[in-house]
Order: sequence, then structure tokens, then C-alpha cells
Amino acid sequence: MRLWLAIKCFFLILFTRRLPAEAAMLLPAEAMKGRALPPQEAELVESPPSIGGVPELESTQPMTAPILKAATSDGNGAAVQLLAILQREGRLLDFLQEDVDAYSDAQIGAAVRDIHRGCKKALAEHMPLEPVLREAENAQVRVDPGFDPSRIRLVGNVVGEPPFTGALRHHGWRIAKVTLPSPARGTDPSVVAPAEVELA
Amino acid sequence: MSARFVVGVDLGTTNSAVAFIDTQAASPAIEMFAIEQLVAPGSVEKRPTQPSFLYLPADAEMKPEQLMLPWGQERGGAAIVGELARNHGWQVPMRLVSSAKSWLSHAGVDRLSAILPWQAPAEVAKVSPVEASARYLAHIAAAWDHAHPDAPLAEQDVLLTVPASFDTVARELTVRAATDAGLPHVTLLEEPQAAFYSWLGNAGDAWRHELAVGDVVLVCDVGGGTTDFSLIAVTESEGNLVVERVAVGDHILLGGDNMDLALAHTVRGRLEAEGHKLDQWQFASLAHSCRTAKETLLSVGDRDTAPVVVLGRGSKVIGGSVRTELQRGDVERVLVDGFFPETALGDKPRRPARVGLRELGLPFAADAAITRHLSAFVGAHRKATAVLFNGGVMKGRVLRQRIVQTLDSWADSPEDDLKVLAGTDLDLAVAHGAAYYGMVRRGKGVRIRGGTARAYYIGIESSMPAVPGIEPPMRALCVAPFGMEEGTEAEVPGQELGLVVGEPAEFRFLASSTRPEDHVGTIVEDARAGDLAELVPVSTTLEGNAGEMVPVTLRSRVTEVGTLELYCVERGGRRWKLEYNVRSHE
Repeated sequence: MRLWLAIKCFFLILFTRRLPAEAAMLLPAEAMKGRALPPQEAELVESPPSIGGVPELESTQPMTAPILKAATSDGNGAAVQLLAILQREGRLLDFLQEDVDAYSDAQIGAAVRDIHRGCKKALAEHMPLEPVLREAENAQVRVDPGFDPSRIRLVGNVVGEPPFTGALRHHGWRIAKVTLPSPARGTDPSVVAPAEVELA
Repeated sequence: MSARFVVGVDLGTTNSAVAFIDTQAASPAIEMFAIEQLVAPGSVEKRPTQPSFLYLPADAEMKPEQLMLPWGQERGGAAIVGELARNHGWQVPMRLVSSAKSWLSHAGVDRLSAILPWQAPAEVAKVSPVEASARYLAHIAAAWDHAHPDAPLAEQDVLLTVPASFDTVARELTVRAATDAGLPHVTLLEEPQAAFYSWLGNAGDAWRHELAVGDVVLVCDVGGGTTDFSLIAVTESEGNLVVERVAVGDHILLGGDNMDLALAHTVRGRLEAEGHKLDQWQFASLAHSCRTAKETLLSVGDRDTAPVVVLGRGSKVIGGSVRTELQRGDVERVLVDGFFPETALGDKPRRPARVGLRELGLPFAADAAITRHLSAFVGAHRKATAVLFNGGVMKGRVLRQRIVQTLDSWADSPEDDLKVLAGTDLDLAVAHGAAYYGMVRRGKGVRIRGGTARAYYIGIESSMPAVPGIEPPMRALCVAPFGMEEGTEAEVPGQELGLVVGEPAEFRFLASSTRPEDHVGTIVEDARAGDLAELVPVSTTLEGNAGEMVPVTLRSRVTEVGTLELYCVERGGRRWKLEYNVRSHE
């Protein structure tokens, strides 16, 4: 769950510049006091003056993004790392960031095959998943007394005491193991995909 | 005391793999060694193979700490070996060293001088083919030592594989690369033999039921960049089954990469007709996508089309993507008929008309038809009764079938069914089998009788008046026959040569893979007849009183490592080693 929260934090901070309530609860009270996140600075640094007929080029000065420091400096590095891997192997972030309404299903479908293959492979390598319950979906399963509610969620006609018997509607997912490389050295921890400049 | 680990290293043209056996484990088994390497700047991960690529970054391109490995820097400083080198380098080809192994066996260039990346601009700090190979091995050694601090690789039994088609000079240079990488005690093993050992190791004693006396196994190894054939015969000696490598093919620079490119060109033509112009980046990405589609169509029987997608290059991954399909018909036309056409026994690979000036560079096969190369190979030696596939290309079921059909059509009688030996991992069998061979060397298991893969000759130019435009005829004296075994020596009878002391003596040096009947001392009257190929010259300088003439005989020795050494021996017992003169070439 912590990982999910970390990913959620990441996207919420990135897009809405606020922390989700669950995360804010985890922070010490004084840390939140008076610490509104600074606005994102989107202007490019001024371009250098043109020299002798060379057309003006945009400087490659990066956009500054101090807001990410909070997300990446304290234990959430793994989330950023996983995103960087999913982008590198499967271009997941490009996909999520793109406006899919503009394309036909066929166009999206074509691209998704590749993205799916890359991301699936990366996930299998770094966070292989397995079902929480091994029974087939829609099979009858028994829930014993003392079950862990974080592993099994009961829905429907929840009355009485366990053991319960019911139909398995979703087998759940759990991470079998996490194998993330040691954090990348010498890299800006907020960058999940570097900009690419091709020299002619 | 023997080393704790037996380690098989497959130093491949496009991928390297490492397998090992811990002989002190309770039940020693062959395991693959995952190699730590840079996969993104600053990011190190383990991978089952190490792509054989070396990237030489520009100064400001990456920060030094992004190139750091858990054990420090790469040998030679700021350089990248492995997955990052391959994945980043294809976008910066002038800084990427690839196919170093093919260069290592290319006698047309000086293999000790810094020539790679080939035709790179002057500001790139180039490396020699030997140095590039040394760096791949040094990376493997460093990753091993990092994982096994108490058992450094230099102190283990290391079996290093080479293509069977490598001549003794290329083998010598491979040993040299290993020595440069801090591995002075490696033993060489031919890749097709290693694949066969892998099969033997997996089959256990059951192999005696699958193969019988008289069987001849074709090892058909088609990798990313090279194709390599060997024949291994099963014979009998004193009631025991004996396995013997009886023939090896020539080095053919033709493999899966050529096939992916051929498909990509086909698809590009179609996309351009639809109005999509592909740049170099998109084309490379197209080749990659074609490979995936090819693997689907060749291995999954019921699919008739596979999508080929080139994703958008910018952040618009869907908007910029180009999509088309690869049809089964395309794959069959381009790959099966283009690279594996139906071939009659006796067909020879087509040779292009010789152009006066050939551009230097790798001698890629002129004929893409692997079956025609196979026909030439089988025609020069003997027919196979069984086949063992190896190499990533052979994962394609359709391609395997075509080879089997072709071999079947060459059989003497239609009842003879070709045996297909299965159960090896086409990508990892060579490393796996090399580790198994390490145990065989310790007396556990069946050993393939091999010896030298070619016969070797010294050229003797006959004295005749020079005629302009006509090369003087050259005779060749066999100094080491085909199949001369490791650890043996041979004295070349008959010829006594007069060498002048104090001056360098240089000999023409030749090899043949198609003259197994020659023995030491056999003289081939016309060395230029075609089945002898000239290698680099061998030379030595005899120390002593200048001007003196010393009569010597020749002596050859195949080392335990698997290389050939030649000596001039004086009657008094003094001997001088002849060195391969890799630097002098035309």
C-alpha cells in the first residue's frame, strides 16, 4: 500500500500540487504548517542573444521544479525509480500524459501493444505480481476466522461471523518481491525521462 | 588443488553469457551468472547476458558518477559495456563499437591497432578489436569478482568459447584479449562443441540411446551476426562410443541482424508508399519491431499477421506512431526463401564479381542464402544424420523445419530420418556447455575428440625467373594436420630450411578446412588452387652471429589452451618460436 500511496503522491503533486490526505496525515503537523507548495515555474530562462546570424536557439536550461524535492528525497525514490523504468522500457509516462481522446481506438490499440509488452516485462522483472488468492475467479472460497482484511475484502451480504463462504470475484494482486536497482547515481532524482537533443 | 568454480564464458558477437559450476556445492549443477551492468546512466542492474557493445562517450555526455559500477570504473576509464552501450549507442553509431569479434577474425586489418568504431571521427578515442574484446572480458571478470570476492575469476577454471571457424591467429588473439583482461589461464573451446556438450549434459546417459555409431551430427549455429557449422561424428573405439568433431565450416558473417534488416527494408518500402517517411531513428526502431513480429510469426503456428509499430519519437507516443503489419507471406518470402532457399546438394554460395578495389571493412557474406553455405559445407565433408540447432535465429520453428527438410532432401535414401537433437537453450547453450566441458576436463563425462579445426601449412615459393604479372607458384608444406590434438607436438619431416641469423625470417602461412587427409609433411603443389586460405605471415628473428646460415626443421605444437605454436628447431637443439605477424598485412 505504501507504494501505491507513493505513486499517488507523485501524480497528485505533479498535476494538482497537493498532497493526498493519507500522506499528509503521515507528516508531522508542523511540517505541513505554512508550507504551501511553491507554484511551478514554467517560463524558460531567457535565451542567449543571437550571435552573428546564428538563429536564436532556446537555451536548454531545464524547467526548475523544486516541488519534487519533497517527493523524492525521503524514501519515495523507489516510486520515481519504478516510473523511470516503466518509461524507459515501455514509455508508460508518455502514454499516460498523452490526450488519448484525439485518437481512434485502432491508433491507440496499435501503440498499446508495444507499451504493454515493455511495461509488462519491466514489471515482471522488478515487481513480479501474483494473485492474493490462488483459486480461479468465480470459484467458491472459504474465508477463515482471523483473516487479514487488507488481503481479503468482503462485499455483498456481510453478516455473521467467519468462516464465510463466497464467490471469488477478483483474485487480488500482491507483489511477490521487489528488485529495484540501487538508486541511479549522479542523476537528478526528479527526472524520470531525460530530454533528448539530437546533434546534426 | 583444483579451482572451486568451473566457469564457461560465451564471448558472443552480439551477446555474451556466463555459466558456472560450484564444484564444492552439495550437488554441483550448472548455473547462469547474471552480469551486473549499466542499463541506464547511473543505473546498474543484473542481466542474464551482456550485450557485446562498447560505447565511448564524449566528455560532457555523462557525469563520471553515472558511469560508475559497483566495483568502480570500467577498464580503460570512461566507457560503457553492455545493455546501456547497446541501447544508447545505436543512436550515436560513431561512438559505438560492435561486432568486435568479427573484426578479431578479420585478417584484412591490423587487429592490434585502434580502428574501432570503424570510420569514427578522429576525436573518438578508438580501440583495437583485441582491446574491445578484452574490455568485455574485463567487465565480466569484474562483475564476477564483485559477486565472489573470495574466488576471483582469474583463479578459476575458465573455459572461453570461440567460433569453430576461428583460425589459430584469431584464437591466439582471443587468448591475448583474455590475458589483457587479467585472465591469463583460459582454455578455448569451439562454440558448436560447447552447444553439443550442453546437449550431452542435459541428456545424461540417455544420449547413448539417441545417437548410435555412424551418426554424424550437424551443429547449425546461426546467431545475431555469424553462422557457424560443425560436424560431430559418433564412432566406436574398443567397445566405447567415441564422439569426434570431424569438420568445421568457414566463418560466415551472416545472421539474425541481417534478417531483421531485410524485413525492415521490406516494411519501410510499404510505409513509404503510404506516405510515411522514416528517419534513421524510426528505421532502427522498425528493425527492432520487425524482430518481435518475426519471432511471433516464426514460432506461433496459427498467426498470419503480426503488428509492426514504430512508436512516436517525441513524447507523443500514440500520435507519432506508425503502424503496419507483417504478413506470414512476407516472412516466408524474405526470410525463408531469401535466407533459407531450397537448395540442392552441390549448390555453392554465389560470389559477386570482384571489384578491383574493395572497400575495407568486415567481409560480410556475399550470398545471404544460409542453405547454400550449408550445401557447400556438407558437400565438402559428409552428410549429417542428425542436427543440433543453436543461436537465437533458430528459435524460428519455420526456419528449423526448412533446414531439416533441406538436409532430408540430401539424404542417400528417403527412409533415413534426420534426428533432431533437442533440449538445449538456443541462447545460453554455449556458455552452459562450456561449463559442462570444464567438468569433462576433470574426468566427468564424455569428451569430444577435436584438435585443430583446420590443417595448417607453410608456403614455399619456388624459385623461378620473375615473369611480370604472374605470381610465382607456391607450394605448401603441411605443418599441422586437421584434428591435431591439444598437448601434442609434431616434427615436420623432410624439409630442412636454411635460415639467416640476425635477419627476420618470414614465412607465408596458410590454412584449409577442407583437407582432412593431409598429414604433417604433405606437400600441396599449387597452394593458390583455392582450398587453402592465406593467413597472416609468421616470422622470427634468429639471434646469433649475423650472416651465418643455420639449417632448421619445423616443429608444431598444439597447446592445452587450444592454440597452435610453430618453432624452427636447429639440429643442436636450439629452437625459435614463430610469431603470428598480425601487424603486417596487405
